[in-house]
Parts: sequence; C-alpha cells; structure tokens
Amino acid sequence: MELSDHVVAGGLPPRSKMVAREVNAFFGRTHALRNVSLDVFENRVLAIIGPSGCGKSTFLRCLNRMHEVAGGTVKGTITLDGKNIFDSDAVNIRRRVGMVFQKPNPFPTMSIFDNVAAGLRLNGVHNRKKLQEVVERCLRQAALWDEVKDSLSKSGASISGGQQQRLCIARTLAVDPDVILMDEPASALDPISTAKIEELIYELKSKYTIAIVTHNMQQAARVSDRTAFFYLGELVEIGDTKRLFTTPEKKQTEDYITGRFG
Amino acid sequence: MECDEEVPDRMRLNGKGYFLWRKAKNHAMTFFSVLCLLLAVAPLVLIFSYTVLQGITALNIDFFIQMPKPVGETGGGMANALVGTAILIGLGGLMGLPIGIMAGMYLAEYGDNPLGHLVRFMADVLSGVPSIVVGVVAYIIVVLPMKHFSAFAGGVALAILMIPTVTRTTEEMIRLVPHSYREAGLALGIPRWKTTLRIVLPTALKGITTGVLLALARSAGETAPLLFTALGNRFWSTSIGQPIGSLTVFIFDYAKAPFTDWNQQAWAASFVLIALIFILSLVFRAVTWSKYEER
Repeated sequence: MELSDHVVAGGLPPRSKMVAREVNAFFGRTHALRNVSLDVFENRVLAIIGPSGCGKSTFLRCLNRMHEVAGGTVKGTITLDGKNIFDSDAVNIRRRVGMVFQKPNPFPTMSIFDNVAAGLRLNGVHNRKKLQEVVERCLRQAALWDEVKDSLSKSGASISGGQQQRLCIARTLAVDPDVILMDEPASALDPISTAKIEELIYELKSKYTIAIVTHNMQQAARVSDRTAFFYLGELVEIGDTKRLFTTPEKKQTEDYITGRFG
Repeated sequence: MECDEEVPDRMRLNGKGYFLWRKAKNHAMTFFSVLCLLLAVAPLVLIFSYTVLQGITALNIDFFIQMPKPVGETGGGMANALVGTAILIGLGGLMGLPIGIMAGMYLAEYGDNPLGHLVRFMADVLSGVPSIVVGVVAYIIVVLPMKHFSAFAGGVALAILMIPTVTRTTEEMIRLVPHSYREAGLALGIPRWKTTLRIVLPTALKGITTGVLLALARSAGETAPLLFTALGNRFWSTSIGQPIGSLTVFIFDYAKAPFTDWNQQAWAASFVLIALIFILSLVFRAVTWSKYEER
C-alpha cells in the first residue's frame, strides 16, 4: 500500500522521520489507542482525520510525550530518527518535536517578542543579538513579521486570534524543532486566518516534518501529502492524500469522507 | 385554550396580572438584595468613619516622630511602634511568604497525592487556629529557648499565621491558570519546574499578590500573638533579638489605660493602622499593575 502511494506521487520513497509501532495509549482504564503503527515522513505533511474521540489528538500527543503530562500512559515504540523517544528525557524530545495547539495560547504575561523568545530564554539563551535574530526570523517564517514588527513589545494577547496562532507557530519554530505537531491549529480561526495558516504549513514543510490533526477534510486534502484515518482508537487507513480521498481502500474511510458518519 | 374562570388572572402566563406579579417579585428581590448589601457595608463604614474622626483629632506630627512619654507627661508619639510593626511584618513575611508560596505551588502542581491532601487539610486547620494559640506556640518554641521576648519570636508567630492563607490562595490562583499555558511551556521543551516558575507563576501573580497582601494586612492587625512573643517596648529598638513595640500592642495598652491622653493616642494609632493597611493595598495594586492588563 505504502509503496504504491509513492509511485502515485511519482517520487523516491521519503525517509521516515518518526516511526510508531504497536502504539497503545491509555487514560486510566480507557484504552484510547489500539496498536497504531505508522510512519511520519520527513519534510512531508501528514494529516490525521477521524471523528471526535477517535484518538487522533491522543496519537499526536504521544509523538512528543505530551500524553503523559495529562496522566496517560503509552505502550509500544515511537522512534525519532531511529531512536526510541521513551528512552530519552521527555524534555529533550519536546525540544525536537514542537506542538501548536487548537486554541491560540500565547503567554499572557509576555510581549510578542518575549513569547517567541520564551523557548530559547527559558532554555538558557540570553544573548540579546541572537534572540533578536531568531525572533525576527521566526516571525517572518510564520508570516507575522510585517504585521507586528512595530509592536513587538505589546502583549501577545493583544493581537487577533489568527495572529496569535501564527505567534504560537513562531514560538514553536524558535526552538528549532525537527517535527511540528499541530492539533487542529485553525479550528478556532476565521476563514482568512485559516487560509494563512494553511499556506504557512505548505511553506514550512520544506524545512520541517509536520503532522496535523484536523476535523476539516478539505483542509486535510489541501495541506497534506499523506492522510491517516483513525476510528475508535484504531488506524483504519493511511496513504497518499489524493489516493485516500479518491479511492479509499476501506469501507469505513469511504463512509467517513463521504459524510455518511462522523 | 378557553380561559378558565377558576384560574386567577395573576396565575395566567399571558395575563396582565401575571406580568405585574413578576415585576413585583423582581422589585422585592432587588430591594432585599440592596438592603442586605447596606447591612453588610454599614459596620465597615461605621468603624472606618468613627476611627477616622476620633483618630485624626489626636494625630499630629509628634505621633510619628516622637517616642512615648513617661506616665504623667502629655504629648509624645509612637515612632518606635511604627518601626516595630514594620519590622514584625517584615520578619513574618520573610519567613512566612516563601514557605506559603512554595507550599501553594507544590499543592497546585504536584499535590494530587496523599501528602498533598494532608498538607491541604493541615493548612485549612491551621488557618482556623485562634491567633492567641499561635502566640503560645511561638512562645514555647522561640521565647522559652531564647529565655527572653524578642521581635524574632513575634515574627515567627506572624509567619505561622500567614502560611495557611498564602498557601491556599497561591494554590487556588495557580490552579486558575489555564492548562493550555502549562502545555505550551512543556511543548517548547521547557522543564516542568521552569514552566511552573517562569510561565505559570507570573500568570497567577496578581491573585497571589492579593493573597500575600491579605496575609500581611491581617498580620499587621494581629495583637494576641504578639503579647507574649514581641511583648512590646516603650523604647527605641530595631534589634530582632530584643522585645519590640508594635501599633496593635500599643493600642491594647493605651486603650485600657486610665488616662484620656493615652486613650486619644490609642485612637490615633488605630487610625494609623487602618491607613497603613489601606496604603499597603494601594501600593501592592500599583506594583502588580501589569503592563498587559486584560483589555
């Protein structure tokens, strides 16, 4: 299945940046994920779709070990560049696997500048010049620089929701991660802001590996190279986005993308 | 539906009578709410205005810069008590606030375990302990071993009184910080303790400051725990190893004294104490006024 996808895409098989094998996740007694195995390819966008409660966010949060923060447990292996992420300190993993959340959450006590600089500063970088450099680069990358360059000292909470979300993306970029996880990053935003975020995702994939959870199937189709469909905690199907949306292999996938349930 | 003769107009949902009945109930409730509000505020206004009226006439510049005069001589002031109160609050805050704030942080961030529940319960019990009992405890653990009364002992008593308030307010305020900020910090690869200290704590700072202020103000007004710890002192002293005067103990002594002059000074001291607490509130509000005030 996977190989034929690359033939469809007409390129060389990409490298697997993250590999999940037999991942099971639990919240107390609740079994939220069952035997999920999939690869996240380098410099590609993987979209994860599925109805509410299917475990897509849980899976995303396993990838940077945020699932454990909420008191969940994980079984199975997930590797980043071939190394098991559960063997290393969660803090180190999160520096390499960044995350953008559903609701924009800039730190309310910090300015726009400080928000972007937070990840570096709190990890011990204090060189003013270096910080300025990084903040400008990341705000440019997040397509926010032109809108905020004159108000860097204003509160991160004073800008619009769409701008706040791009600020959060800039903040994530500042610690220079390899992988960026996005948990429904545009679901709280208006259509114009959504379009900007989607454009941004498209541009970011040349440098980063991206996994995005979305409720919006059009969005998955627009931004992703590959799509994974989750249902009831299981991975039902994964494949090239175009192929998955035109000729799904599984009946459940077809039912979901044609809107028969979910 | 036909209008039934038996049903009075005020019971009918669309009747004019029902509308007036609802309006009447609304007015009655508003009236009683306002009445209760006035009843609640009245004692505060009375205490405040009476103290101000009595205190301000007895107040003069000597009160702030002069030492107490011996019995029989008129005039004099309470300069030593003012400094003493400041030193006592300072000592209490220095010992009590760090413990209280850190305990609150622990409870909010790591406190969902038996130890956390125990600490929380103990803090609640401690905040209900009468302050004179706290004074006895400070007497036993500090005054007896040192063999004399001291400002330090008074500070310890005040610190013990501050800890539960500060602990519980800090915990509540940190819990109010939305989880998403914690997650954002952790997802940036910031260690948990740093996330708590540099992201969560500043976000909760305003509420915590209110708790701290409340604790300081309350301790500024404490008399009982100081009676047999700091004792009181009619002479100038800034040494923490010696007995020290304080406004509250002065009020206690002067108010029950048989000299009108002293009684007047007790009123002045009461007024100064209330003004001090008021100013303390204003200062804290100014200090914590955030650059990024919620719009």
